[in-house]
Amino acid sequence: MSVLVDKNTRLLVQGITGSAGAFHTRQCMDYGTNVVAGVTPGKGGQMFDDKVPVFDTVYEAREKTGCNVSMVFVPAPAAADSILEAVDAGVELVVCITEGIPVMDMMRVKALMKNKPSRLIGPNCPGIITPGACKIGIMPGYIHKAGGVGVISRSGTLTYEAVWQLTSRGCGQSTCIGIGGDPIGGLSHLDAVKLFNEDRHTEAIILIGEIGGAAEEEAADWIKKNCQKPVAAFVAGMTAPPGRRMGHAGAIVSGGRGTAAGKIEALKAAGIAVAETPATMADTLIAKMKN
Amino acid sequence: MNIHEYQAKELLQKFGVATPRGKVASTPDEAEQIARELGDVDLATGRVRPTGGLVVKAQIHAGGRGKGTFTNGFKGGVHLCKSPAEVRELANKMLGQTLVTHQTGPAGRVVNKVLVAESAEIAREIYFAILLDRATAGSLVVASTEGGVEIETVAAKSPEKIIRESIDPLAGLQSFQARKLAKQLGFDSAQLKAAAKLFDGLFRTFIGLDCSMVEVNPLVVTSKGEVLALDAKFNFDDNALYRHPDIAAMRDIAEEDPREVEASKHGLNYIGLNGNIACLVNGAGLAMATMDIIKFYGGNPANFLDVGGGATEEQVTEAFKILIADKNVQAILVNIFGGIMKCDVIAQGIINAMKTVHLPMPLVVRLEGTNVEAGKKLIVESGLAVIAADDLADAARKAVAAASSKSQAPNPK
Repeated sequence: MSVLVDKNTRLLVQGITGSAGAFHTRQCMDYGTNVVAGVTPGKGGQMFDDKVPVFDTVYEAREKTGCNVSMVFVPAPAAADSILEAVDAGVELVVCITEGIPVMDMMRVKALMKNKPSRLIGPNCPGIITPGACKIGIMPGYIHKAGGVGVISRSGTLTYEAVWQLTSRGCGQSTCIGIGGDPIGGLSHLDAVKLFNEDRHTEAIILIGEIGGAAEEEAADWIKKNCQKPVAAFVAGMTAPPGRRMGHAGAIVSGGRGTAAGKIEALKAAGIAVAETPATMADTLIAKMKN
Repeated sequence: MNIHEYQAKELLQKFGVATPRGKVASTPDEAEQIARELGDVDLATGRVRPTGGLVVKAQIHAGGRGKGTFTNGFKGGVHLCKSPAEVRELANKMLGQTLVTHQTGPAGRVVNKVLVAESAEIAREIYFAILLDRATAGSLVVASTEGGVEIETVAAKSPEKIIRESIDPLAGLQSFQARKLAKQLGFDSAQLKAAAKLFDGLFRTFIGLDCSMVEVNPLVVTSKGEVLALDAKFNFDDNALYRHPDIAAMRDIAEEDPREVEASKHGLNYIGLNGNIACLVNGAGLAMATMDIIKFYGGNPANFLDVGGGATEEQVTEAFKILIADKNVQAILVNIFGGIMKCDVIAQGIINAMKTVHLPMPLVVRLEGTNVEAGKKLIVESGLAVIAADDLADAARKAVAAASSKSQAPNPK
């Protein structure tokens, strides 16, 4: 029914005792996510909400609880280190929600994660959700509905927009992945497309991109050659002025590269249905599925 | 964040990158004094040296200074001269004056400082930049023997003249790579070490100051064979400014859009544009998409504004003040998809803003997500004249219609 996370996910929360970490951990638990451990250095031995044991290190948490996925809410200056600790402890998937991590820190993380089995989603992302089974991140759970559409996006609220359009039209989602808006991150559009392509329960894919970088083009190229499932896309930033960073650290058109027009052209050339406006993301996919 | 040329040179000097000697002046007196020191006494050795050529450069953030014109009619923001008296006269003509270049827009920028430096006799100009490479998640050197011109032009006309060297994110720039680059850029054996040292200094600057780009254009070889960074442009990673308070202190708010300065004081992510439909949105992607859909329906966005995920009522109120203060704005579109952000908080922020500021233009509000019913109820009960929208497309259409009817309405005065 899903990729990466499901009912069997045993979640660790790094930064569980901070205000954002605590708030969203409760939201995830209310949704039904199996939160088995928390880590806050110096607060080992405490219990979070009388339910979740808190450890000083990820190693202890993993040994004592068998957690296999981590959600990182650690403040930006220490977040890169927290990701690396989880990777070193053998956590299979690290979902880093934290925004504002210096790019040089992520450069180091990415280099050190090479040849390691762990995967990273984010940073600066809304997280990942398999509707009805497991919510890891800050997305509002109730807008989702279990079903067959895989959603991949760099942006948080724009993902909610797409999901809500799908749900309102009776179209459920297999898994929704927010890969984050930073220039250097973990899972790419292409990685996520590959996962959805292999998942037999995912019937169609929505890919939401934005200006900056070449990840959408890279995914389009692969889809053209390998993906049999219907794909719809939207690219935000058609009206963004060049040289200005549009909120996300990665959302910038510079030196004529990373434009929305270029991405849309690449997506269309790959046979992907591109929504003309963000209001028609779901309709565009549904029309494509009927074709 | 941008910095001035004189600040860029100070930073490079700290990392041992050779630049022409010079100092910044705020008054003609200071400019003359700096020129005397440069001309008469070598500051490093204390020895008297013969007076060489000097250059006076207006310090504004925009490019194209040399070809710019001051609003008082004086041509050029960069001038060569010979004597301290000339430096004084040039500084006098530039300081306090407004310089218009192709990058400043017609309003131009006020010149508050001038850089007085030795003018190097240039034998050769090179382009050298280090930037963040998303594709390899590392850093990348981009260089060319065709310096002193726009690198985009070189890339388009003669791509074979662009040299690229990837740098391992963990190991950094290796000495052999610096020598290899120097050879590829045509430095002769006598200059090889100086060039490699300069490249190494630039790389240490790039890493040490958390830059996303350091661009030296031109990097020059002088007629005496010196290798110097003549002009440098920095882009800093805003996320890393917390560990560089000295860099953060170099911010010159006089060079920035006052609307953006005001927004940043309140933790709002705002970029001013030239249209007439203001938008207030949560989330950067949705904010961009909202601008796009306004354009799609024939309107023009006045701004990008992401109030973020955890905005308070106060921040929403401040955001409204900034939007309303923009003279071009003829309609406001609020588009909120509540996740962490609760719709009732946004609604209360709007209501509070209306208590303190008169709303002279139509307001279209589209709320969806967390606490949407509570938010809608607050707005209805407030009695505010709000145009409610059902979804994103409806909101954009209504905002475009409201702005065009507003702009066609006769002026009440």
